Amino acid sequence: MPQMGYDMQQGTVVRWLKTEGSPVKRGEAIAEIETDKAVVEFQSYASGVLAKILVAEGTVVPVGRAIAIVAAEGEKLADMPKAAAPAPAKPQALVTQRQAHPTPSEETVEAEHMPVSAEEVKASPVARKLAEELGVDLSLVRGTGPGGRISKEDVLALRTKGQAPAPSAAPSPAKPVTAAPAAPAMPVPQGVSPGKKVPLSKMRQQIARVTVHSKREIPHFYVSTEVDMTQAMRLRAHLNQSDVFKGVHVTVNDLVIKACVGALKKYPKFNASYTDDGIQMHEQINVGIAIAEEQGLIVPAIMDCGHRSLKDIAAASRDLAERAKGGTLHAAEYTGGTFSISNLGMFDVVSFTAIILPPQAAVVAVGTVAKRPVARNEQLAVAETMTASLSADHRVVDGAEGAVFLGEVKRLLEHPYLLMM
Amino acid sequence: MPEMSIREAVSLGLREALDADERVFLMGEDIGSYGGAYAVTKGFLEKYGPDRVRDVPIAEAVIVGAGVGAAMGGMKPVVEVMTINFTLLAMDQIVNHAAKMRYMSNGQFEVPMVIRTVTGGGGQLGATHSQNFEGWYASVPGLKVAVPSTPYDALGLLRTAIADRNPTIFAEHALLYGVKGEVPKERYEVPFGKAEVRRQGKDVTIVAYLRMVSVAMKAAEALAAKGVQVEVVDLRSLRPLDVATVVESVKKTSRAVVVEENWRTGGFAAEVASAVQEQAFDHLDGPVGRVGGLEVPMPYNRSLEAAAIPTPDRVVETIERLYGL
Repeated sequence: MPQMGYDMQQGTVVRWLKTEGSPVKRGEAIAEIETDKAVVEFQSYASGVLAKILVAEGTVVPVGRAIAIVAAEGEKLADMPKAAAPAPAKPQALVTQRQAHPTPSEETVEAEHMPVSAEEVKASPVARKLAEELGVDLSLVRGTGPGGRISKEDVLALRTKGQAPAPSAAPSPAKPVTAAPAAPAMPVPQGVSPGKKVPLSKMRQQIARVTVHSKREIPHFYVSTEVDMTQAMRLRAHLNQSDVFKGVHVTVNDLVIKACVGALKKYPKFNASYTDDGIQMHEQINVGIAIAEEQGLIVPAIMDCGHRSLKDIAAASRDLAERAKGGTLHAAEYTGGTFSISNLGMFDVVSFTAIILPPQAAVVAVGTVAKRPVARNEQLAVAETMTASLSADHRVVDGAEGAVFLGEVKRLLEHPYLLMM
Repeated sequence: MPEMSIREAVSLGLREALDADERVFLMGEDIGSYGGAYAVTKGFLEKYGPDRVRDVPIAEAVIVGAGVGAAMGGMKPVVEVMTINFTLLAMDQIVNHAAKMRYMSNGQFEVPMVIRTVTGGGGQLGATHSQNFEGWYASVPGLKVAVPSTPYDALGLLRTAIADRNPTIFAEHALLYGVKGEVPKERYEVPFGKAEVRRQGKDVTIVAYLRMVSVAMKAAEALAAKGVQVEVVDLRSLRPLDVATVVESVKKTSRAVVVEENWRTGGFAAEVASAVQEQAFDHLDGPVGRVGGLEVPMPYNRSLEAAAIPTPDRVVETIERLYGL
């Protein structure tokens, strides 16, 4: 599906002008495509034979997907690369696919969506096998072998450093990334000298890919609100001293998680993913937590938060952070997030906005809780406040919904006993 | 355990065989009154007489051909071709007769013969006398090829070769005759197709045979000083080839370099490297490396000759380059 216009995301094949097996010339119209604006003739990029029509008339197809195969005279379809077959749309796979060219110039139609896959990563056979067994995404591994080849040790080192998940069946297709790190001890970059060009690590490349993809594909909008955290901070202090919470330390972040879970239950559209043929509502609420690691950012998720108490969430988030450092995260925790929270509170920031981690629909960014002047009963007073900023996917929700959602987060945090329910 | 040299071990193996079995006899150039070009059969003529220790004219095709005929007739000849370079003159007898007689006669004849020969360079013997053709013979079905690097193996493999009902190329290295090692008094044999791990390591496997085993061991020592633990596998026989031991080692180390004295192109190391990548592909952490002789006729000049034959330095350099170690 060609991109016929800057903002075109998908198109409908209205009518095929050629039948399978008929010869086509480069530049000859072979189909009619309907965009949001018009019905346009689609001209073949190559001369040959229209070997196969992959999309029936009337079908909506995302930009970049193969809709037909043009073969050279005498060329057999069986000889063609598998990539030519239409793949089902998987939101997570989006980040590993090249975006369609606005002005296609490739020889054949299917060349449009050849995936940029793990095959392009230079890794030894044993490193590949090990990565598969451990569920490590090789695109995140920095190869130290000759020519940047990823060795067995590189994969193992990553694992012991806590970047990679524990053994699991499924390799993780894409590493979650959001705009901002959120660990108290942000590592200081080493060996970065002025005037020098620092090569991109695999992790840096992946962060670049995911954030660019997110910013290009997802129409972000932002809503911010100031939350009075006075009661929440008081509750937190009580809880951390109480016997019931013995051994569990509740952080501000845990309160924010619990409040967001409450809001997500009430407004499940924020716990969803945009896909080409509908909005996928998620059954579980898996809240991703942005964690800054030495090499970059990871966003593992606390799974199934909908059924967890505040104490449970506090224990789980601690456990998640520790296992992220210890390298025993599960692949599902890397890829299963349905909503994320990014917290720079420990860095003394008033507010910031985060980039949505595809295929999620929203992320909440929170700043530092601090005593600030507030107006109360026509008087200036001092309260502990925090700014929360929602970034949301406009394809899924609208601004007013975002405001209502964030209002619910605020309401729960300002009436924190609700978080105990 | 008594210590002896490879020369003494081979000599002992031959005397044993002559003593034990009257069908065994020796035949070769200068093995009788001269005592052998490498003095392996010194004193044999006096002890066993000219019927069993036969000096022959300089005619390698005749030496091997007569051996094939004698073997077919029920004898167990151990023939000596002074160097492997001269086996080229007997190649038809070796490849087309010795190796194929059992097959082509449908088992009516067999050739229980040992062809002892001396391989390898490094002795300033010039381009035509310093070659390594044992790998060529290892590609021929019907032959067996033994390549001992220690006195223990020399004796053990020679016993196996003499007992075997098939023709064996028994390649002794010109520079290894003086190598000493312990050899048990009790009788033992070293079977064909059973490689030996000479040194344990976890980082990289070096596969070698004959003199290249000692080159590999020296490379291993140099790398150990840099914290790289090398495992050295000595093939001991090229046909049959013990791929399993090599693969087992590579599964542990994930890296393999094969060292041979022969030229690299079409060399036996290519065979081993290919088998490793076929059978241990998913365990490899880098390409399977090869270190071989430079692709030149062997120079006579001492320094140039030394540069043409693989050295421990070259093995170390190859390993560091291939694996970034």
